[in-house]
Amino acid sequence: MAYVKDLSAIRALIASHKRWDLVFALCGFAALMVGVLTFVALFADMAIQGLPRLNWEFLTNFPSRRPAQAGILSAWVGSCLVMLVTAFFAVPLGVATGIYLEEYAPKNWVTDLIEINITNLAGVPSIVYGLLALGLFVYQFGLGQSILSAGLTLALLILPVVIVATRESIRAIPQGIREGAYALGGTQWQVCRDHIIPYSSAGILTGVIIGMARAIGETAPVITIGALTFIAFLPPAPMKTEAPFLSFDWVMSPFTVMPIQMFNWTSRPEAAFLQNAAAAGFILVLMTLAMNGLAIYLRYRIRKNIKW
Amino acid sequence: MAKAEAKGLSFYYGEYRALKDLNLVVHENRVTALIGPSGCGKSTFLRCFNRMHDLYPGNRYEGEIVLHPDNANLLAPTVDPIEVRMRLSMVFQKPNPFPKSIFENVAYGLRVRGERSRRALADKVEVALRGAALWDEVKDRLQELAFNLSGGQQQRLCIARALATDPELLLFDEPTSSLDPIATASIEELITELKQHVTILIVTHNMQQAARVSDYTAYMYLGELIEFGVTDELFIKPRNKQTEDYITGRFG
Repeated sequence: MAYVKDLSAIRALIASHKRWDLVFALCGFAALMVGVLTFVALFADMAIQGLPRLNWEFLTNFPSRRPAQAGILSAWVGSCLVMLVTAFFAVPLGVATGIYLEEYAPKNWVTDLIEINITNLAGVPSIVYGLLALGLFVYQFGLGQSILSAGLTLALLILPVVIVATRESIRAIPQGIREGAYALGGTQWQVCRDHIIPYSSAGILTGVIIGMARAIGETAPVITIGALTFIAFLPPAPMKTEAPFLSFDWVMSPFTVMPIQMFNWTSRPEAAFLQNAAAAGFILVLMTLAMNGLAIYLRYRIRKNIKW
Repeated sequence: MAKAEAKGLSFYYGEYRALKDLNLVVHENRVTALIGPSGCGKSTFLRCFNRMHDLYPGNRYEGEIVLHPDNANLLAPTVDPIEVRMRLSMVFQKPNPFPKSIFENVAYGLRVRGERSRRALADKVEVALRGAALWDEVKDRLQELAFNLSGGQQQRLCIARALATDPELLLFDEPTSSLDPIATASIEELITELKQHVTILIVTHNMQQAARVSDYTAYMYLGELIEFGVTDELFIKPRNKQTEDYITGRFG
């Protein structure tokens, strides 16, 4: 016989318990809305302010003293090129570190110390990376105020994100899969190459893109290393008509990026420049959302074949 | 004829002695079953044979597992565990196919061994799949993902993967514990067929299974080998009281 004997008493009891379900659901929903509505409000405000300025010329014009002619060509090209350099350095370094820590490193206090430090790195304020990069990349290595310096700086900044994402997705691989591969006589590298890396690539990619989405909006470290705010030219083209057809002159070029362009415009007194800043911000948010969308799509595509 | 022999084998997880001075002969082209209650060390024992314990830190072997005919001690520190795993194959408790195609799953062991010829790969994959009684079911969809197979088919795929590399000794770690009765029956039938060509060592927690498929049975308890003998004799006339209690269901 049940503890509470009367059926109507059981129902009353359940109803009184369920009231708390409702209370929590409402609280949780309200909490969710604080975040979502704030973002929507910010985004909508920026869109309403900036949309009148959004046209083809805005994307293809260089900055100008006249707000109506000013555009973000050098800024978005700069952002894209810096991101390219960032990914080029952050992905191999971060993925190799993650794989080494998960699959190769002995589990002892040294590894533990390294792990704690990587977690700490993720919490270092970005301006500190900027200062470090100013001393190291710009002056020590003589890379100057270039796209390469900025890319390296942002690569350092997102390295912990890439490492953590790599490790998390490697840890999600069931131990049985690893053992199966080792039982067939695989070496550590064969198991990593044929199993660990392919099966964790979805998570790694997601981590990389989310890291990049953070990096593309970073302003402080890029200002610190001396990105210029008024760039009325594009870096040298990466393609040439004569052999060897590829050119890497652009990595040493001065540059600007989207958030710096915005920052510059918001500090101008004329209201029309504020409109420009809003329009640029709108584009920047779109770029970030597009990157996140790509991450979701890639994860879906790759994970389709993997069920665990 | 002996194919493998454990001699004075002890195994330690750190300080904990999980196996105590085991001596056992695995006869060639026979099925040897390891039975015993949970935690008795039967899986630990099995995983010594292909040095699976080397994957984790703090594990230590004592004694020998000798593989005939070359009398190599598989546990010798000078012997590379990868070399051991190249000679022996293992089928795990839960089917663990790779998230790759059916073909690639079976071919993987061959690829690890450096086989590049597409012709040789295709031939050996077919032989292995036939050996695992799976060929007819999958021959038209070798490029499909292994996860699309049923649990029993996945386990037979894992058996094919283990067979493809011509192992000298085939290790089964409770291969049917996650399967339904029909799939279990097909795996047991397969094991009976396989022993014509391969030596098999199987861990099972199911005594009826041991009685049905094995020629020799070892009963283990708390890391010790209590009794080892011909399956029919061990089940009908156990010499040891503990064994008798276990197989009659009074214990465990």
